[in-house]
Amino acid sequence: MIETHGLVCAYPGGPVLRFADVSVPQGGTLLLRGPSGSGKSSWLALVAGLLTPSAGSLQVAGQEVAALGPSARDAWRAQQLGFLPQKLHLSEALSVADNLALVFFAAGLPVDHAAIAQGLAALGVADLARRKPAQLSVGQAQRVALARALLLRPRVLLTDEPTASLDDAACAAALQLLQRSAQQNGATLVVATHDARVLQLLAQAQVLTFAASTDEALA
Amino acid sequence: MNLLSLSWRYLWSRPLSTVLNLLLLTLGLASVAFVLVARDQIERAFERDLAGIDVVVGAKGSPLQLILAGVFHLDVPPGNIALADVQALQQHPQVAQLIPLSLGDNLAGFRIVGTTHDYPAHYGARLAQGRLWQAPMQAVLGAQVAARTGLQPGQTFAGAHGLGAGGATHGEAPYQITGVLAPCGCVLDRLVLSATESVWQVHDEMHASDDMDESDLAALAQEREITLALIRYKSPVAAVSFPRYVNEQTAMQAAAPALEITRLLGMVGVGTQVFQALGAVLLGVAALSVFIALWSAVRERRSDLALLRLLGASPLKVGALLLCEALWLAALACVLGLLLAHGLAALLGAVLMAEQSLVIERWQWVQAKWWVPVLALGLALLAAGLPALSAYRLDVNQLLNTR
Repeated sequence: MIETHGLVCAYPGGPVLRFADVSVPQGGTLLLRGPSGSGKSSWLALVAGLLTPSAGSLQVAGQEVAALGPSARDAWRAQQLGFLPQKLHLSEALSVADNLALVFFAAGLPVDHAAIAQGLAALGVADLARRKPAQLSVGQAQRVALARALLLRPRVLLTDEPTASLDDAACAAALQLLQRSAQQNGATLVVATHDARVLQLLAQAQVLTFAASTDEALA
Repeated sequence: MNLLSLSWRYLWSRPLSTVLNLLLLTLGLASVAFVLVARDQIERAFERDLAGIDVVVGAKGSPLQLILAGVFHLDVPPGNIALADVQALQQHPQVAQLIPLSLGDNLAGFRIVGTTHDYPAHYGARLAQGRLWQAPMQAVLGAQVAARTGLQPGQTFAGAHGLGAGGATHGEAPYQITGVLAPCGCVLDRLVLSATESVWQVHDEMHASDDMDESDLAALAQEREITLALIRYKSPVAAVSFPRYVNEQTAMQAAAPALEITRLLGMVGVGTQVFQALGAVLLGVAALSVFIALWSAVRERRSDLALLRLLGASPLKVGALLLCEALWLAALACVLGLLLAHGLAALLGAVLMAEQSLVIERWQWVQAKWWVPVLALGLALLAAGLPALSAYRLDVNQLLNTR
């Protein structure tokens, strides 16, 4: 599902990041482990097609991402990938349901209200559809953001520090929810984190470790 | 959810800023639209009343005053001219038609005009009720006069001396109303028409004394006067020589309406330019305000916009979202501005009607008004261009690095 070989990302005038090869099957879980600034977000950006590799090969869902042109890459990202950023980025100008409708808007698809209702219901937040994000608790907001990420049934679910600022119980619940949701959707789950608790809770996951002081990530 | 509905929601997520920008844009566009509407309507009113009149002949004095008094009935005439002189002019080889007008009295401020049937025929007037006058002391009311006074065919009225309301009434010589004209949107709407002889008869009744004998009355008839004459040429070539002939060879004055009105509009033009300049300043401020609002929106919503990119929206779509917000503002301001401009034009029309001045058609679409949406669109694009470009170039990677 995700296959990398000799992946390199060089920022103009900045660091050169060399990533270890990785191969994650469909439905598998990959843990990106390392401190802040170690290159986890860059790796996610490469997988999402937001950055272009300087060298190496990156295949996601059988697609060589760098081979896609800019507009094809946008369309591919909309259809194949789901995102759960650390900062949830729920628009305060819109209701919860409309925040989910943004997914259809971005993908250029007609809004499927039934799918939105189902998506919210699957995560136990169906009754929050009309609320504004400011009226949600942290946990509720995270569920809404996860519902948004899974709405188009992506083949890869990318999450960035999903457990930051959660207590132990909430951390475990969040990871359980992520794994269950990814499994139900048949999606490959990628979790970027520097939270040591996640490593314990996702003991079965494949791990890609990012070093703080070196420019190479180790598998 | 599409580009229009999403941009609409984003627009109203900042209601105060949106209302203020809308107000500024609306005021600017309304000022420009009002000047366009008012100027067009006034020019139309002038053109409508001037149609087919090549020259106005009256007493010597101000030519503009003669035109304003004789064609638009907005000013007092410079004096009277001898009927004999007018009759001689009627025989001039370059004159195709001469319509005499005699002024002097009014009905509730509406001028009573002694003339011939050629005058209503000149404006293509139609009767709404009754018939035209057939004898002296019969009168036909313009549509506005009938509406304001409530008089009907078969009723009588006494004219008052002078051209404005409040003069002494000629109770001894009442007019009988024979008809009411249908509204024509021209000067006839605010006139009372009768035979030229009616005006003479009213004033004969006023000035004649019992000791006048037949020879006195005959002498009076010899000295008959009218106020002015509207003349149509047989050929446009007459415009060169006829006015010169009248001005140099007779005791009368010839004034070319087109020339005088161009001069008048030129004088009024300074006012409209000031008004338009004010509108331009308002529009400039509005454009700047919209720009600041959209620029702030891009900054405030950077993460929303980046998220859209992350979800697969193309840079073009994200940029278009900003443009659409500006276009919504422009469209709303355009509609509100045009409504406000027409409201002001209606107010102007009502004021002019109350003053028995030019007839303004309040809701007529003016070709020049196409410039208002064009202007609004241009301003929207100008104001939104840079913010939209900034949204277009948004770096999505920053979103993934946001903690």
